[in-house]
Amino acid sequence: MKSKFLALEPLGARIEVVEAGKGRDLLFLHGAGGHMIDDPLLAALADKYRVVAPLLPGYGQSGGEDGLRDMLDVTLHTLDVLERLELDNPIVVGHSMGGMIAAEMAAVAHTEIAQLCLIAPAGLWLDDHPVVDIFSKLPYELPALLFHDAEAGSRLLTAGRGNMEDPEFLKQFLVMNARRLGMAGKLLFPIPDRGLAGRLHRITARTLIVWGEDDVLIPPVHGDAFKKAISKSKLVKVAQAGHAVGQEKPAAVLTAIQDFF
Amino acid sequence: MKFTWFHLMPWPHMPDDFRQKHRSVWVDLPNRMYQPELGHIAYHQYLDQLEYAEKVGFDGIGVNEHHANAYGLMPSPNIMAATLTRRTSKAALVVLGNSIALYNPPLRVAEEMAMLDVLSGGRLIAGFPVGTSMDTNYAYGTIPALTREKYAEAHDLIRKAWAADEPFAFNGRYTKLRYVNCWPRPIQNPPPVFIPGGGSVETYDFCIDNTYSYSYLSYSGYLRARLLMDGYWKRVAERKVDESPYRAGFAQVICVADTDAEAERLYGPHVNYFYNRCLHVHPGFADAPGYRTVKTIQTGALSQFTSAAARDYPNMSWKDLTENRYVVAGSPETVRQQLEELIRTLRVGNIFCLLHIGNMPDDKVRHSTKLFAEKVMPHLRNLWPDWQNHDDRFWCHPMHEPVPTRVAAE
Repeated sequence: MKSKFLALEPLGARIEVVEAGKGRDLLFLHGAGGHMIDDPLLAALADKYRVVAPLLPGYGQSGGEDGLRDMLDVTLHTLDVLERLELDNPIVVGHSMGGMIAAEMAAVAHTEIAQLCLIAPAGLWLDDHPVVDIFSKLPYELPALLFHDAEAGSRLLTAGRGNMEDPEFLKQFLVMNARRLGMAGKLLFPIPDRGLAGRLHRITARTLIVWGEDDVLIPPVHGDAFKKAISKSKLVKVAQAGHAVGQEKPAAVLTAIQDFF
Repeated sequence: MKFTWFHLMPWPHMPDDFRQKHRSVWVDLPNRMYQPELGHIAYHQYLDQLEYAEKVGFDGIGVNEHHANAYGLMPSPNIMAATLTRRTSKAALVVLGNSIALYNPPLRVAEEMAMLDVLSGGRLIAGFPVGTSMDTNYAYGTIPALTREKYAEAHDLIRKAWAADEPFAFNGRYTKLRYVNCWPRPIQNPPPVFIPGGGSVETYDFCIDNTYSYSYLSYSGYLRARLLMDGYWKRVAERKVDESPYRAGFAQVICVADTDAEAERLYGPHVNYFYNRCLHVHPGFADAPGYRTVKTIQTGALSQFTSAAARDYPNMSWKDLTENRYVVAGSPETVRQQLEELIRTLRVGNIFCLLHIGNMPDDKVRHSTKLFAEKVMPHLRNLWPDWQNHDDRFWCHPMHEPVPTRVAAE
């Protein structure tokens, strides 16, 4: 996987775009945690598709986050990025927060997005099935929230990380975390609902919804709610997978995408 | 020197096994623990103590704002300050917090503070904290990364509302008002402003730009405050403004008894209650991502409550806490010496004296307060003779002849 950079007008924000693989164009929008090191989902998708994965401002080397304050800002920003990438009838895939952004894009610009894949997207609030408050979670709590197999998930999350006991590394980690989750908070804090429920009916894309059966962060019942609200949609639930279903069961998610599109 | 007797108003009935049973004193502590009838007693005792502080000669009496917690029971400091306007007549009312990013519209703060200033005859000192992350983000739902922008806009609106003498339009990003028209207007225009800071570098400049006093509210004592306050004074020097000590204040936990040994006997358990129960904040609530700026994180400053969470308070003895000056405690002479060191090393003109601590009963609070007022304070009054021990820019300007309040029977 390698990165290229776009400069977005009018502010000249620099956007990092990760690319990998060959085949049909697939736009991938990451979740609040960003890309994992050697991300298993991106690697699996790159086997069959040309994966183009822009990083949201605040993530990696993408800048300009101070100019993005709310859902509309982020939706239009990502549509601008998509336009600049000049992809050919891409499948637009988003995970978690990225799924929320992808759904907003498809609702706002429904004539432009014809293939949509939402992997455990955020964006709805069900009083009886609340989304967990990730912002108050400590790093050691994350594996159990993100994965069916917390131990294996923990290894994935810590792979390639530096030494947290080293003050300089810790400072860099805190800066990275503040940038990423600071940006994510504009869409997800304190409750990840920015009115998407009222716009889902505008989505005309053929839509695949994928959910891990053991997702404790955004309960799978949210998948049923998305399916109900989007007309041309199908819901696939993946066994023995948590919220990071794509990283935990990359082959199953790839198969679901190949079967549907 | 100016001495403000500051009340945190903690809930004094947290059980002995509080730390074991609850992960946090803030945000998600079930409010069934709060017993309103006992709260009635606590509020009135606390207000009596603030009034007593004026009587024994403190320059100011102070309250602040916190939400969803047992650490400090003043969601609305303005209500507390309003009660104090009626039964005090001399002390500055130091309202060290309205968290201005939390109000919609923030004009409400301009109005209520103007009310307090008018009620008190010009004794208001206004405080504009950003608020802790527990309060601002978790309890009140403000988006962390937008908190400071919202705060800056609220500040702009409040200052303009106080300064204007006719209606004007305010087109902010977060607040849009066609008619801003602050009735009543404050007596002092504007009231002096104190900014509670916890190491955000941007706050240094904000205070310098606006001639506000920088107030460092720390529970880890003056020795550990040195680094942060040195950073502030360095910035003051770089900006080439005067170095009035009244540009800065510091909060210190203080216990005074007849002897050092007596101080430990009298106050030890209450200090323990404060550090181990009142400051028991779940680290996940201490610092929402985006709440602190990247620039501030890069300076290595941790928030008050992040560091509290990281510290090993349960295993710190009275000796640890006093020798390291988390707590300034002992005989009047011991306390005087340590506070003189505090004032000179941090270069502060304001001390926020925390003399009610944790679950301290009323008689001990008054004992410590009286000893401080009579045997410590007079010896520390004259530490800034070059400034005539006062700086008009950083203290209130009461009316010369306020009306006396009367009781109903008169």
